[in-house]
Amino acid sequence: MTDIYLDNNATTKVDPLVVNEMLPFFTEQFGNPSSIHKFADGVARALKKARQQVQELIGAEHDSEIVFTSCGTESDSTAILSALKAQPNRKEIITTAVEHPAILSLCEYLEKDGYIVHRMPVDHNGRLNLDAYKSLLSDQVAIVSVMWANNETGTLFPVVEMAEMANAAGVMFHTDAVQAVGKIPMNLKDTKIDMLSISGHKLHAPKGIGVLYLRRGTRFRPLLRGGHQERGRRAGTENTASIVGLGKACELALEHIEYENTQVKAMRDRLERGIVEQIPHCFITGDLENRLPNTTDIAFEYIEGEAILMLLNKAGIAASSGSACTSGSLEPSHVMRAMDIPYTAAHGTIRFSFSRYNTMREVDEVLKVMPQIVSTLRKLSPYWDGDEPVADPEKAFAPTYA
Amino acid sequence: MWDYSDKVKDHFFNPKNAGAVADANAIGEVGSISCGDALRLTLRVNEVTEIIEDAGFQTFGCGSAIASSSVLTEIIKGMTLEDALKVSNQDIANELDGLPPEKMHCSVMGREALQAAVANYRGEEWKDDHEEGALICKCFAVDEAMIEEMVWANKLRTVEDVTNFTKAGGGCAACHEDIENILERVLKERGESFDPNAESVTKTAVEAKAPLTNLQRIKRIEMVLESLRPQLMADGGDVELVEVIDNTVYVNMTGACSGCQMAAMTVAGIQQRLMEELGEFIKVVPASQMPKTAVAGA
Repeated sequence: MTDIYLDNNATTKVDPLVVNEMLPFFTEQFGNPSSIHKFADGVARALKKARQQVQELIGAEHDSEIVFTSCGTESDSTAILSALKAQPNRKEIITTAVEHPAILSLCEYLEKDGYIVHRMPVDHNGRLNLDAYKSLLSDQVAIVSVMWANNETGTLFPVVEMAEMANAAGVMFHTDAVQAVGKIPMNLKDTKIDMLSISGHKLHAPKGIGVLYLRRGTRFRPLLRGGHQERGRRAGTENTASIVGLGKACELALEHIEYENTQVKAMRDRLERGIVEQIPHCFITGDLENRLPNTTDIAFEYIEGEAILMLLNKAGIAASSGSACTSGSLEPSHVMRAMDIPYTAAHGTIRFSFSRYNTMREVDEVLKVMPQIVSTLRKLSPYWDGDEPVADPEKAFAPTYA
Repeated sequence: MWDYSDKVKDHFFNPKNAGAVADANAIGEVGSISCGDALRLTLRVNEVTEIIEDAGFQTFGCGSAIASSSVLTEIIKGMTLEDALKVSNQDIANELDGLPPEKMHCSVMGREALQAAVANYRGEEWKDDHEEGALICKCFAVDEAMIEEMVWANKLRTVEDVTNFTKAGGGCAACHEDIENILERVLKERGESFDPNAESVTKTAVEAKAPLTNLQRIKRIEMVLESLRPQLMADGGDVELVEVIDNTVYVNMTGACSGCQMAAMTVAGIQQRLMEELGEFIKVVPASQMPKTAVAGA
C-alpha cells in the first residue's frame, strides 16, 4: 500500500499538468516580462493568460483585479495594512477569533501601535453571531477581515452576506479565502467583497505564489513599492513560472469543482461516518451543515493528537492535529479553544483533508487502522479504563499542575 | 514532524510498563491538561528496603511524553527511593538520546511525577516549584516564565542582560524581538520604559571585577569546558582547548561534534558560558581557523 496523503489543507501536490505548463518558463522563456527581446516574447502573454485563468475561477469582473503576490500571508498583510494606510482616521479592525495566524499575529502586532482589534467569538459549532457583527460596524472601522473557510474545521463563514453588511456601513471587506478557492464555487463580481487572498499551493499550484484580488476602485496602498509590476500594486520581478502554474491550477480547479463537491465530498463523508460509527467517544467539530467538501476534523477524547499522528504516520497515513504538541505551543489550537472544546478532546483532534487525488480505497484503509490506533493510545491514558472512560474523568485524574 | 531519536520512537511504539501497577503504594499525578501532557506514575515500593519493585505509567500526551514516561519506569525499577530521587530530567532525556528543545518539559514532567510519587509514599505533600511558559529561545530551551523571573529578580534592562543571565538569545538571535517584548512588558510594570540602547546591568557589574592573570584565565576556561563536557559527551562529542590568544579561545570540536550541524550553536553556547565565567568578551573559534604564526609558535 502506498502512502495516503490526507493533509491537503496544509498543502497539495502540484498537478503534473501544472508542472508541464511551468517548465518552459525556467529554461526557454526565462526572460523578464518587462524586456523587449525574444527571451521575454511569450512571458507577458503567459502572465496575461494566467491572470484570466484566476479571474475565471473566482468570477472577478476584470483580470486587472488579480494581483500576484508571493503567498497567502503576503496577500493578507497587504490587504490589512493597505486599508489602514489608505484610511488613517479609522483605527479599528474587525476579525474573528478563529482566523489563521497570518491575520491574528498581524492584528496582535497592530494593537501595539494603538489599533483596536475586535475578534468576534464563535459558538460551539464555530459559527459567528451576525447581530453582534452588525453592532461593531462603524465609521471607525478600517477593515473587516473574515476567513471564507476555516483551515481546521472547514467551517464556512457567510462572507458574501457579511461583505454586504460592511459595504452598507461603508466599511472595506477582506476575506482570507486560501482554503475556499478551488473547493467551492464563487463569483466575486456579484459580491461586495473588496479584497480576497489566494494561496497557490492549496490548490495544486506550487508554493511561493499567491494572489490578492483587489476590486476595481478599492482604495489601495502597496506593501512593496518599486517597479511597475502588477500595475505598481506589487513591485518585484514576477515569479513567472509559478504564476503560469497557478493559472493552470485554477483552470483545473474550475474543471474539477463539481467533482470536488460530489466525489471528494463522498470520500470525506464516508471516512467521518465510518470513524464515528466504529470508535466510541469521538465527535466531529465545526459547523457540520456548512463546511468545505474536503475537510473533516474529528476529536478523539482522552488521547493526544501528536501521538495519533505518529501512529498514523507509521501506517503510512498523513493527517494533522490541533494539539499543542504538534506545534510546540502550550495550548491546543486557538480554533478549538474558541469553540470551547474541552482540553481532553481538543488535544486529540485530527484533521483529514482530501483532494481529487484521493480514492475510496484509501478511505477504507484509514478506517481499517484508525480504531486500533485509538484503542492503543487509550490503553495508555489515565482517563481510560478497559473499554470506556473512567467514571467522572476530570475528577478521577486531576494532576498537580506542573 | 519532530526530529525524534530512534530511542524516543522505540519507547513510543513499544512502551514499557504501560498501565497502573496493581498493588501500588506510591502514586504521582502531574501535568497540565491545558498543555496536553499529564502523567500518572504508580510504584510498588518494598517497605523494608525502599526498593522500587515495580513501576507503571499512564500518560495523556504526545510521543515524547509517552516515551519519557516509559523510559522513566525502566530507569527507576530496582532503584532505592533515595537513588531514584537523584534521577534528573536530563538523565531521562539522555537515556532517550535527547529530546527536541520544545519537548524537554516531557522529561521534566517525568521527574516531577517521580518526586510526587515518592512524596505520596512518604505521606508528604508534593508542591510543584516551577512555572512553565511559552518557549522563547529554541537554541537553549529557555521559556518565557524563566526570562520574566530573571528580569524581575535582577532588574535586567537589555536583551544582552537577558542573554547573560539565562542564555536566551545567545544562539541564532531570532528570538530577540520576543525578548524585547518581555522586557517592554516587565519594565512597564516596573514603571520604567524599555530602551534598546540602555547600558546593560551586567556590563557594569562585570567591569568591576579585578582582571585575571593569564594562568587564572586558562584555568577558568578549562574549568568551564570541563563542566560542559558531560553534555557534549552525551551527544557523542567532545571539546578540547588548543590555545588562548587575547580574547580568542581556540578549540577542537571532536567526535560527533565535529561536522555536526549543531556545532556552531554549541560553540556559541560555550562562548556564552566563558563570557559569564570570565566576565569579559570572549570569542570561541575552531582551532582550524587559528593563524599560522600562532601554530608555528606553539
